[in-house]
Amino acid sequence: MKRSAESTLAGGVGPLDPQRTMDNEKRETPRLDERSVEVLDHPTKSKPVAEPKISVRGVNFFYGKNQALFDNTMDVPEKKVVAIIGPSGCGKSTHLRCYNRIYRMYRDQRADGEIIIDGKNILSPFIDLIELRRKVGMIFQKPTPFPMTIFDNVAYGLRLHYKLSKSELSGRIERALQQAALWDEVKDKLNKPGMALSGGQQQRLCIARAVAVEPEVLLMDEPTSAIDPIATSKIEELIEELKSSFTIVIVTHNMQQAARISDRTAFFYQGTIVEYDDTQRIFTNPANKQTEDYITGRFG
Amino acid sequence: MSGNLSPMTNEGLQVRSMRARKAVDVAIKSIASVAALLGIVVLFWILYVVIRKGAAAINWDFFTKMPAPPGVSGGGLASALVGTLWMTLIASAIGIPLGMLAGSFLAEFGTRSRFGNAVRFATNVMMGVPSIIVGLFIYALIVVPSKQFSGWAGSLALAILMLPVVARTTEDMLTMVPDSLRESALALGATRTRVTYSVVFRAAKSGIITGILLAMSRVAGETAPLLFTALNSPYWPESLSGPTSNLTVTIFNYAMSPYDDWQRLAWGASLVITMTVLLLSVTARVFAYERKR
Repeated sequence: MKRSAESTLAGGVGPLDPQRTMDNEKRETPRLDERSVEVLDHPTKSKPVAEPKISVRGVNFFYGKNQALFDNTMDVPEKKVVAIIGPSGCGKSTHLRCYNRIYRMYRDQRADGEIIIDGKNILSPFIDLIELRRKVGMIFQKPTPFPMTIFDNVAYGLRLHYKLSKSELSGRIERALQQAALWDEVKDKLNKPGMALSGGQQQRLCIARAVAVEPEVLLMDEPTSAIDPIATSKIEELIEELKSSFTIVIVTHNMQQAARISDRTAFFYQGTIVEYDDTQRIFTNPANKQTEDYITGRFG
Repeated sequence: MSGNLSPMTNEGLQVRSMRARKAVDVAIKSIASVAALLGIVVLFWILYVVIRKGAAAINWDFFTKMPAPPGVSGGGLASALVGTLWMTLIASAIGIPLGMLAGSFLAEFGTRSRFGNAVRFATNVMMGVPSIIVGLFIYALIVVPSKQFSGWAGSLALAILMLPVVARTTEDMLTMVPDSLRESALALGATRTRVTYSVVFRAAKSGIITGILLAMSRVAGETAPLLFTALNSPYWPESLSGPTSNLTVTIFNYAMSPYDDWQRLAWGASLVITMTVLLLSVTARVFAYERKR
């Protein structure tokens, strides 16, 4: 809570929390996959063994009686992009939807296991979903502008969580739109309905809306699958920039996209995590035969 | 030609007559067109008759004067107009918010719950209940214990008629809003209630307004539920706590009376109601059109 207030004041792209870095230095318990990162990592990029932002431990997911995820375990490092790839129906989106518990909207869906974000198991029933979702934002497959003006779209989350004066609100909206690389295109029509924008612009509007509340994690569920290639490349550039401020987990069916933008990649198949490693390694020298078959296009 | 492509031979198979199939096609199409035409013709016929007979009664006095006693020429239906207006407005004030809340429960909160299914079923049944039964119900519930016909009872009967219509349209319109919109708002940290009123209702706005206008136009023209509740009255509706004058029961009484003046007024009242309903429907269409854009 305190941290979020600080990052709010600092303006989102806040400096690293000193407390946190110290914590990281103290902690000397690298897990198996983290060690492998170090070994295989590019020599120029020296990476300290950081405490993961999100630790997924033994997560199972059920749609009614159908189990969709089986014992998912992986770590998401802070301020990195993690891509989730795999064939249709393998549970990529289902996995992502656990991170902000959006599945709770549906009566018959449930998850068990642990997902630890900043030391708290967010699958616990005592977690405040509103606070969780302020911290973990989400972008969906199809752009979903609300039926209101561009300004009000971006203001929606801000108004939910903060009491802001008019000028503060405008300032934050401008910055969010700038972060989403949309400001120049919409600054003269903030009072136009969000629906009036093109598909790619709508998706960046959704990104602006999500980053406006200054979350720490951004979940993206195939954010470019419904928009054209030019808009897609804009959003990919954007993700590259957002990486400095947010931890990003992106589901994509586009392997080139995963290779281009992510630091780590998880390959899902039939609800299990087959392989999770550095993106470079997954795409050049995967350890698993299934992963190799998938990325070389032999199935999926 | 096709014999070459198909592994099966058509020899020995009896070919069905192409002509018979086409004849059936043409016949069904023409019957459907005639039926559609009949529907339209009847509507315009009603409009024609009501306008022709009613126009003669419409003048300034009709809207401003009180009903005249039998034998006295002139007079108007100002009291009935005001009575109907008040009762429709009060019915709307009760029926619309309740109906919208019930509809949002069905679409948003209790969608697949057992209770929700029960309410949905009850709503469907209520839509099918004849309006005169609703009138009798309020008669037994309010008029008999209070020993008084009243405009309040009439308003309540109309509100009960509106309730299921508004609830169902609200539910239908909210259900048409895609879940992705709800998820996006929830993912920003909104509560379900907030999502419903600030995003889902907004997305379904024009559809819901259409439904409300149609429900209002429907109850504005109801007679049966008022027969046992508001009754009718020749006096100005100063309050709604006694028998209250209204257009539809006035039409019913005046049309059956032997006096030419009263019959003329009944036609005039019919014209006013028809035009009001038409206007509300057209407005509803405009909102429905806006939604499609």
